[in-house]
Amino acid sequence: MSDHPDLLKLFFGRLTWDALPLHVPIVMVTFAVVMIGALAVLGAITYFRLWGYLWREWFTSIDHKKIGIMYMVLGLVMLLRGFADAVMMRAQQAISFGHSTGYLPPEHYDQIFTAHGVIMIFFVAMPLVTGIMNFVVPLQIGARDVAFPFLNNFSFWMTTAGAMLVMASLFIGEFARTGWLAYPPLSGIGMSPDVGVDYYIWALQVAGVGTLLSGVNLLATIVKMRAPGMRMMQMPVFTWTALCTNVLIVAAFPVLTAVLALLAMDRYVGTHFFTTDLGGDAMMYVNLIWIWGHPEVYILILPAFGIFSEVVSTFSRKRLFGYASMVYATVVITVLSYLVWLHHFFTMGSGASVNSFFGITTMIISIPTGAKIFNWLFTMYRGRIVFEVPMLWTMGFMITFVIGGMTGVMLAVPPADFSLHNSLFLIAHFHNVIIGGVLFGLFAGINFWFPKAFGFRLDPFWGKCSFWFWQIGFWFAFAPLYVLGLMGVTRRLSHFDDPSLQIWFVIAAFGAFLIALGILCMLIQFAVSFRRREQLRDHTGDPWNGRTLEWSTSSPPPAYNFAFTPIVHDNDAWWQMKQRNYRRPLDGYRAIHMPKNTGAGIILAGISAALGFALIWQMWIPAAVSFVALLVVAIGHTFNYQRDYYIPADEVARVETARTELLANHV
Amino acid sequence: MSDTHAIHLSGQPGHPEELSFHVTGDHHPANSTLLGFWLYLMSDCLIFACLFAVYGVLGRNYADGPTGAQVFELPVVALNTSLLLLSSITYGFSVLEMQRDRVRGTLIWLAITGLLGAGFIFLELREFAHLIAEHNGPQRSAFLSSFFTLVGTHGLHVTFGIIWLITLMVQVGQKGLIHENKRRLMCLSMFWHFLDVVWVGVFSFVYLMGVQP
Amino acid sequence: MSIKALRGLLLPAVLLLAGCNTVLMSPSGDVALQQRDLIVTSLLLMLLIIVPVIALTLFFAWRYRASSQRKDYAPEWDHSTVLELLIWSAPLLIIIALGALTWVSTHKLDPYNKLERISAGRQVPADAKPLVIDVVALDWKWLFIYPEQGIATVNEVAAPVDRPIQFRITASNVMNSFFIPALAGQIYAMPGMETQLQAVINKPGQFQGFSANYSGGGFSGMRFTFHGMSEGEFEQWVGQAKASSDALNRDAYLQLAPPSDHQKEHPGDPEPVRRYATVAPGLYDAILNNCVQDPSTCMRGMGHMAAPAAAAPAAGDSHGDGGMADMPGMPAGHSM
Repeated sequence: MSDHPDLLKLFFGRLTWDALPLHVPIVMVTFAVVMIGALAVLGAITYFRLWGYLWREWFTSIDHKKIGIMYMVLGLVMLLRGFADAVMMRAQQAISFGHSTGYLPPEHYDQIFTAHGVIMIFFVAMPLVTGIMNFVVPLQIGARDVAFPFLNNFSFWMTTAGAMLVMASLFIGEFARTGWLAYPPLSGIGMSPDVGVDYYIWALQVAGVGTLLSGVNLLATIVKMRAPGMRMMQMPVFTWTALCTNVLIVAAFPVLTAVLALLAMDRYVGTHFFTTDLGGDAMMYVNLIWIWGHPEVYILILPAFGIFSEVVSTFSRKRLFGYASMVYATVVITVLSYLVWLHHFFTMGSGASVNSFFGITTMIISIPTGAKIFNWLFTMYRGRIVFEVPMLWTMGFMITFVIGGMTGVMLAVPPADFSLHNSLFLIAHFHNVIIGGVLFGLFAGINFWFPKAFGFRLDPFWGKCSFWFWQIGFWFAFAPLYVLGLMGVTRRLSHFDDPSLQIWFVIAAFGAFLIALGILCMLIQFAVSFRRREQLRDHTGDPWNGRTLEWSTSSPPPAYNFAFTPIVHDNDAWWQMKQRNYRRPLDGYRAIHMPKNTGAGIILAGISAALGFALIWQMWIPAAVSFVALLVVAIGHTFNYQRDYYIPADEVARVETARTELLANHV
Repeated sequence: MSDTHAIHLSGQPGHPEELSFHVTGDHHPANSTLLGFWLYLMSDCLIFACLFAVYGVLGRNYADGPTGAQVFELPVVALNTSLLLLSSITYGFSVLEMQRDRVRGTLIWLAITGLLGAGFIFLELREFAHLIAEHNGPQRSAFLSSFFTLVGTHGLHVTFGIIWLITLMVQVGQKGLIHENKRRLMCLSMFWHFLDVVWVGVFSFVYLMGVQP
Repeated sequence: MSIKALRGLLLPAVLLLAGCNTVLMSPSGDVALQQRDLIVTSLLLMLLIIVPVIALTLFFAWRYRASSQRKDYAPEWDHSTVLELLIWSAPLLIIIALGALTWVSTHKLDPYNKLERISAGRQVPADAKPLVIDVVALDWKWLFIYPEQGIATVNEVAAPVDRPIQFRITASNVMNSFFIPALAGQIYAMPGMETQLQAVINKPGQFQGFSANYSGGGFSGMRFTFHGMSEGEFEQWVGQAKASSDALNRDAYLQLAPPSDHQKEHPGDPEPVRRYATVAPGLYDAILNNCVQDPSTCMRGMGHMAAPAAAAPAAGDSHGDGGMADMPGMPAGHSM
């Protein structure tokens, strides 16, 4: 009998009924809402008998287009969660003055700002960026899929598994209360003994595997699978930025993996990497995590730059100005992004020479960035600019982003940073570049490529509403933070003394409300566009009079993307084809070699999530079982040699003939 | 393997309208597996780079605990090193056999490689067990934390290499030296030699320099 | 378009009005004042390029809109060497100017450097000895030890006007950042390490200080008051502490260091001010070496490091403590 509890312990680890937040009404209400929502969705899927369809056509799909779309769905869903966190923070800071402590005690507030940062970077921005790259890059380079289609599916599900772990922390146990980078000693076992930091570590490790493999995959795709004739200097700029971003992913994410593994060692094994005793050095963590962290922001922003380049040139009806300097600027930014990490902690006391070195390298990055802005500007010059929704986002970006860049350079002057570091000025700055750069870019990209993905355009009216709410809301939300930063108000406070600050927080909360309307408009935009899809239908495959290869195929493209692999002679390959009155071939189709769908990715990721969960709660038996299962399934998968099939020539002919008829009826 | 001779990359001079814009034959892009695997290895290399850097920072933080000179048994490590270096050579023999399409020879050399790898892991575990028994485990000091982690991560890689090697032996046994299996053998080959290179770093940087006062 | 233009006009105006009166824009200490000047200078330098870019963006968007059907539409025009040179060199020139400013100011305003001036035009007298204050970030309050005066205080710190102050800063177990915006920029307070901050206050008054790096549950309440006083008032203030019946011996410190009941109940509230008439000798060094509880462990830590009091190196030179510690300024007490 005596060993009975021990067995339970091995099975359930730290997990008890107390881990469920039954006594915290606010979490229970959230839980109820999420559960009802989830049940409604699951019920609908069951009712409409969609499980088989979803499993066959989506979950197990290795089609880069479908995986890209699934990434986008993940990112948008997580955006709602991350934004809910933001609203809660804005509300707390708007009311927690003097005697009022607001509605969130520190132990909740601290989890919320941590979760907000983690979710927005890892599970919103990353999936959206990866999703767009996944969808667009193979089409832009005239390929039929990515280099490793199965790996692509696996990467997506690993990212999703990480997101699931973060979501689980909301209802089972708690999330980290450390800030989004979990600096030790605060994240060490002494100061954070509970499961929060473990959720953080394992969610990021699981998702990190996905990110890294997707980086390897897209790199190999761009290097090896370009259409014949497409030299490096003829790749579309978005593909160039995707290439650089994936170089950064492959060269930066291993550092995150390593540093989180070391933190896990400190917490699980009792090593002394980042402890304050027995020779550990917490500052090493700060250095290492920023060696990953700074390239990470360029991982996010570079594809956005690529999107703007495509959008500006398409909607100015003009070739992109300064293609070569655009490419060099991208490459320079890629390299320099590794030489600036210390600017995140000038205040560590690293001597004047070290600080000025990193300050100046940081400023140097603004030179290629500035050159890019000018290139977009001169693309507009002598163009015929059409203000479709993607172009609006681009205009909004150009104005918002330069201000964010300006405050960034101010922060790069070390003595100025001594005053501004960790203040709300800093918060305003990085939201200025991440919202104004990354998010605006992604929204431009979503509006731009949506017709390619689904065959109908997004409704422009609601798109414009969304744009203006976001724009104005952004400035209402973050301009006050710049001012508060100059008032010396620091970040991550859940309570304030000085009542004169309150008005600024109230304005910022109003800004968050406007942004909420912007998000709402976007959701309405999706719904309205779906209902009006017949009016918004894109029959030609080229709704914007595009320039690159993705617009040469149908919307949505067939599984094989191109019936005939295109041959490229110029940067704007499709533009050139149109100018030379290129005619689609109407016969001579051949069977096309394609990869087969597989469920291995979702199964492996599911087991990984289980393994992560077991490790978080120190459930050693389930952990061991899932680890063995992971090995067995992975090895078992390698025994499957039948991974591809041929789409018969007849089938290709049928699809292409249908398109020919469609084109004939509508042009 | 690709039927792309029909491609005209440049139009005939004077007739730019003659440009061809699609491949009329079958088009198979080059296989990217080796490139992809190499990229993965580079990312793995960065993990080791981090662990080396961490060892470089913490490697002398003994915290009153033992120093490298006190705990390293160089003769055992030298034996260990020779086992691993030798296993790289035997893997090379296996690849030579593979290129001659000899299944038996490939398998035999693979088996020898695996045994040498297992010997390496055995000696490493023995060293770890010895240290832990003397209360010089990874919890003792930052030096030992970084030592165990760096060497242990390498050992873990070798262990996975052995599991992979056994899997491949089964697959070669089942299917013979088909195209896919050859590609997999080449990937494992890169992996195995990569671990060898990392170990040379570990041996010189951790052990040889560690015994210096 | 009109909303955008309106916003473009309103925003800088509001920011300007609000920004000028803030503590960072009108500080009371000379170091913070010079940092203010840097913020303003770098802002103006950047505006040199930002304003034309924004203006051009709006102008081009309007001028080259499709509906204007301008005749100078040039769909194939994509290169101009002159323009390319211009667009790379314009930011380059500004960054050269800003980079030079950065190099000079970073060295001049290095928090480890002895102050050169008390305020604009007033040099520090050659024989002036700075007031040394040892700062310890505890969970979640600030301990100030005055080694010369032999007193200590919690959540209250004072210094005479126009006398250079040398803060030596560490933390008990979590990283914080020591920041008095009116006085000077912040610097991290890290356990087992010492950082320094040289500053001077030029106006009497009460100024807010706090931790500027999130450090856990009681972080919001980690505030203190900094008093700028005349010499006489400062003597009085020291006397007040000396009259206290409390002594900061090692046991008292160990009781003080963990979060208090008060803070557990009111997490947003600062810990009440405390004063200690005496301080146990060597307490600050023991805190720095994480050996208050068990003094016997102090020695083993010392074996690997320079004596803490002398450990803060002059900025810019490294003293080879190995690895990351080569970063100047980091390593005091680094290897324990």
